[in-house]
Amino acid sequence: MKLRDIAHSRTGDKGNTSNISVIAYDEKHYPLLLAQITSARVKAHFAGLVEGDVVRYELPNISALNFVMAGALGGGVTRSLALDAHGKSLSSALLDLDIEPASGDK
Amino acid sequence: MRTIRIGSGAGYSGDRIEPALELAEKGEIQYLVFECLGERTVALAQQARMKNPEGGYDPLLEERMRMVLPVCASRGIKIVTNMGAANPEAAARKTLEIAKSLGLPSLKIAAVVGDDVLDACKDGDLPIMEFDGTIKQLGNRLLSANAYLGAEPMAQALNQGADIVITGRASDPALFLAPMIHAFGWAMDDWNLLGQGTVAGHLLECAGQITGGYFADPGYKDVEGLARLGFPIGEVGEDGALVITKVAGSGGAVTAQTCKEQLLYEVHDPKRYLQPDVVADFSQVKVEEIAPDRVRVSGGRGTRRTDTLKVSVGYVDSFIGEGQISYGGPGALARGRLALDIVRERLKLTGVAASELRFELIGVESLHGADLSAHATEPYEVRVRVAGRTESLREAIRIGNEVETLYTNGPAAGGGAFKSARDVVAVASVLLPRDLAKPQIRFVGN
Repeated sequence: MKLRDIAHSRTGDKGNTSNISVIAYDEKHYPLLLAQITSARVKAHFAGLVEGDVVRYELPNISALNFVMAGALGGGVTRSLALDAHGKSLSSALLDLDIEPASGDK
Repeated sequence: MRTIRIGSGAGYSGDRIEPALELAEKGEIQYLVFECLGERTVALAQQARMKNPEGGYDPLLEERMRMVLPVCASRGIKIVTNMGAANPEAAARKTLEIAKSLGLPSLKIAAVVGDDVLDACKDGDLPIMEFDGTIKQLGNRLLSANAYLGAEPMAQALNQGADIVITGRASDPALFLAPMIHAFGWAMDDWNLLGQGTVAGHLLECAGQITGGYFADPGYKDVEGLARLGFPIGEVGEDGALVITKVAGSGGAVTAQTCKEQLLYEVHDPKRYLQPDVVADFSQVKVEEIAPDRVRVSGGRGTRRTDTLKVSVGYVDSFIGEGQISYGGPGALARGRLALDIVRERLKLTGVAASELRFELIGVESLHGADLSAHATEPYEVRVRVAGRTESLREAIRIGNEVETLYTNGPAAGGGAFKSARDVVAVASVLLPRDLAKPQIRFVGN
């Protein structure tokens, strides 16, 4: 299944840094996010777009992860040549990741 | 326990106008906040003020104030806004003029000034956080330096009886924190209360983004009534208890999901959300739906504020030239790619000096690049886009020209060409020792 089936997401921007939240619809899927949506995997998914490090923060209270991606916005929102200078559409790209269901989850 | 209701009337400068009126008329609010100042807006406003000493405030100030002042005045709803941009005093004078013209001459209007810290930044020759360099090295490209002020001067203005408080650069959550500090007398070193108040302000500051805007994804996250989206209300208790809601019957929805997405919006380390008044900690926050369109958000905390204020530095960065043209029908993709190849070669042949260039096909790969966008089927139509960064407007214009001339020199059937060239005012940041910013409150009129 796709990440989109178990989680929702929103992108925010500050300068040349983008952050993407990944929030489980159901808290029972939070362990899947923790195990499978690693910062290395996010960095690899956005290999052509993100120049800097990807750092993951964990928020178990709301079953969410927050990815902070440095050098992700073409030099910064206020100077980027990109059509989507804010990177607002990046959350949808992340939700396309494949997820291996837990046993018992179909 | 005492409770106040704060409405969020705008989430950015160009936001929809009428949801704020709905909040004032039907939201049973005591405070209406308009957050209208983006990262770079104050630098652009500074340019406007240099041309006109009475300008430099938000272009929609008059429209927003004319619409809400009568109902706010009759119900005693106080307004807090950063629509002062680069000229809060002129914005306050303009607002007084509007109030008088509406027959409301007794409204007390205060401007908060002192966010302009250009001189202090120059004196200190502070280092820039985003790239190697200092303020002085920006030379005559430097336009503005504005510190993110905290809630204290706004709260003081309310304490002194202001009905309307107009600031320039201030932290967005602080616009909401100020009414809480004013109403409840929160101490400026009660870090946990200020942290929870920051949670409230952070959730409310983007207006429709917590009531269903920037959220809908048909089939996954459906939202009714986005064309008449209601803007949010924060119900805040004296002890920081918070419920997010909206006007009954308005469009959109306030749910645990909308609140969680907004909680993390533009946040980096959730344990350390740096604000002028507090370092807020969102890591223990809990979100519970307690009734339809009523979500309780608790657990925000905080620690001592830092000794510096973040300063937004506006500077002339470069110029951007851009051109677009469309191809449709069979072979559109191939003709679009041919068009990009032609422009790439033309820019070389004619020696256009660009430090950075993008060649892309809108509808195919423009947002996320070729790797993520690998297409199985050919689109019916594509739009060519070429954009480049240059050191002069003259060079920038040449980029769009090379796209437009595809009309008569490029692939078959290219239509709808568009070109533009503009200067880029960019924003960087420095950290200023806090005591070098000296905010002041100035009432206008009698």
